[in-house]
Amino acid sequence: MNLLEAKDVAVQFGGIKAVDGVSFSVSEGKVFTIIGPNGAGKTTLFNLISRIYEPSHGALYYAGSEITNVAPHKVAALGIARTFQNIELFEHATVLQNLLLGRHAHRKSSLVSEILFTPSVRRMEVEHREKVEKVIDFLDLEHYRDSLIAGLPYGVRKVVELGRALCTEPKLLLLDEPSSGLNTEETEDMAFWIHDIKNDLGITVLMVEHDMALVSEVSDEVLALNYGRVIATGTPREVQEHPEVVKAYLGT
Amino acid sequence: MRFQFKTRYEQDIDLFRDNVDRFWYGALAIALLAAPLLLHEFWIGELSYVFILAIAGVGLMILTGYTGLVSLGHAAFLGIGAYTHAVLLKMGLPLVVTVPAATLLTAIFGAMIGFPALRLTGVYLAIATLAFAFIVEQALSRWDSVTGGFAGFAVPKPEIFGITLTDTVPFYFVSLAFLVFSIWATLNVLRSPVGRAFVAIRDSEIAAQSMGVNLAAYKTLAFAMSAGLTGLAGTLFAHKISFLAPDAFNILLSIQLLLMVVVGGLGSIHGAIFGAIFVGALPQLIAILRDFLPGTIARQPGLEPGIFGTILVLFILFEPLGFYGRWRKIKLYFSLFPLYKRATFKRQKSYTKSERFR
Repeated sequence: MNLLEAKDVAVQFGGIKAVDGVSFSVSEGKVFTIIGPNGAGKTTLFNLISRIYEPSHGALYYAGSEITNVAPHKVAALGIARTFQNIELFEHATVLQNLLLGRHAHRKSSLVSEILFTPSVRRMEVEHREKVEKVIDFLDLEHYRDSLIAGLPYGVRKVVELGRALCTEPKLLLLDEPSSGLNTEETEDMAFWIHDIKNDLGITVLMVEHDMALVSEVSDEVLALNYGRVIATGTPREVQEHPEVVKAYLGT
Repeated sequence: MRFQFKTRYEQDIDLFRDNVDRFWYGALAIALLAAPLLLHEFWIGELSYVFILAIAGVGLMILTGYTGLVSLGHAAFLGIGAYTHAVLLKMGLPLVVTVPAATLLTAIFGAMIGFPALRLTGVYLAIATLAFAFIVEQALSRWDSVTGGFAGFAVPKPEIFGITLTDTVPFYFVSLAFLVFSIWATLNVLRSPVGRAFVAIRDSEIAAQSMGVNLAAYKTLAFAMSAGLTGLAGTLFAHKISFLAPDAFNILLSIQLLLMVVVGGLGSIHGAIFGAIFVGALPQLIAILRDFLPGTIARQPGLEPGIFGTILVLFILFEPLGFYGRWRKIKLYFSLFPLYKRATFKRQKSYTKSERFR
């Protein structure tokens, strides 16, 4: 079954066609990777899916229903979570507070009950905390629980951002370059986590990635983009050997 | 050094960190309750003024310190609260109606100014709120039939059980109760999902949005709550100045309120309180300073705003975390003594952050 489907999606910025008629579908329970040279439109495609950009053409379907016109803040509640290429954490808050914000889509309490901090709000806060602790345990973040983001090394921030996305309990996880800025060891950890996210948590992963070793290791399906167009799809091996892909990366 | 051993999740939710905290806040509460017995009436009056400022400061802290939206128009909210309360009192309504009505109406005004301000950030938002403050000041001056225009009017003195609430000591306790309520309500909001959403908007709008925070709704809410608390402070402020005239709510007051949260320390309730104490004491300090200055400078009419502005700039340059930041550093110095390192609070290397989505 297809969890996410893009049909002929396009977006223009002035005269530039950043994404130009892209169609693909992500099957449930798989890791789907988008590759492509710089400026190919990978992150733009991500921003279209998380509804930050309006597509000028085409439609997006998630779990059978159209999401082309869903408001950006409602995407999380549908079960789509994302990370950012350049890390968008809440700098002046602790790791714990960052992760707790990941629970925002599951907020059930009303404003008045929160102002009075009624016992039900307290109970829900403890429930959120229990969910967050599971993610902390999953990603080995115990040591950093109470540290401010501003003081953390880059590699840890990357993991915290992954954790924040997991706290929303997503069905579809969008990872924008999960290994950028990480060293070899951290990249290997990331590969293990992506495996576990797929196999243990049953979350479908859609990612943009440059590290071909990571791509081959974790992806079930790969899509190659260049100048906003799909140039190849298939298994990691098929795509890497595709003549168009070789041409896009190496030139002619 | 004190080490807190956590065994339950509730320890991170509770208002007081541990029994040491409970002891010190308890001691502070007792000292504040006993103050009217120990201090001269003048100081009790000054303390209630500090409490009123602190309520407004907590209100502005929600907006500027936690949601990251700067407002230069909070004097207008203070004015709306004060006038609504006083006018309704004059019409003979009881306190239990006038105070909530003034708070609510100010909150509605806050939401109204928050809504068009959604697309503005930083200095542009400050200008928009400043313009709003001028509009309100003009409205208060021209709407003669209700506000009494430039001449203003005397605020009625309400009585409950034969006690005139505006007398120094009862007024002190009323202000203290309102302040405690405001802090309690604000802390509750800050430890629940709404408060986290505010902080999220401050630090990264794009990430907040992807986590399901409705930016428009929460920014409007932050404005409404901030204005509501400031309006509540306004009801007390009306009695404090006892005679309402539009020029009490001018730009200088807005700057004083902003000065309070910046000097106190953005992003902490302690900061709002420290700032209120500082701003409350500042006119006295300036009066003392005048004695030491040469006559030509001391008599300059611009001395006070000039000093306010200088202090604001100096704090932003040298201690962006304000008094509260300084207090934390001093505390850490003693708890780590003699191992404190100067570099502990040195600004960390900040990584390139995407500006694309702004």
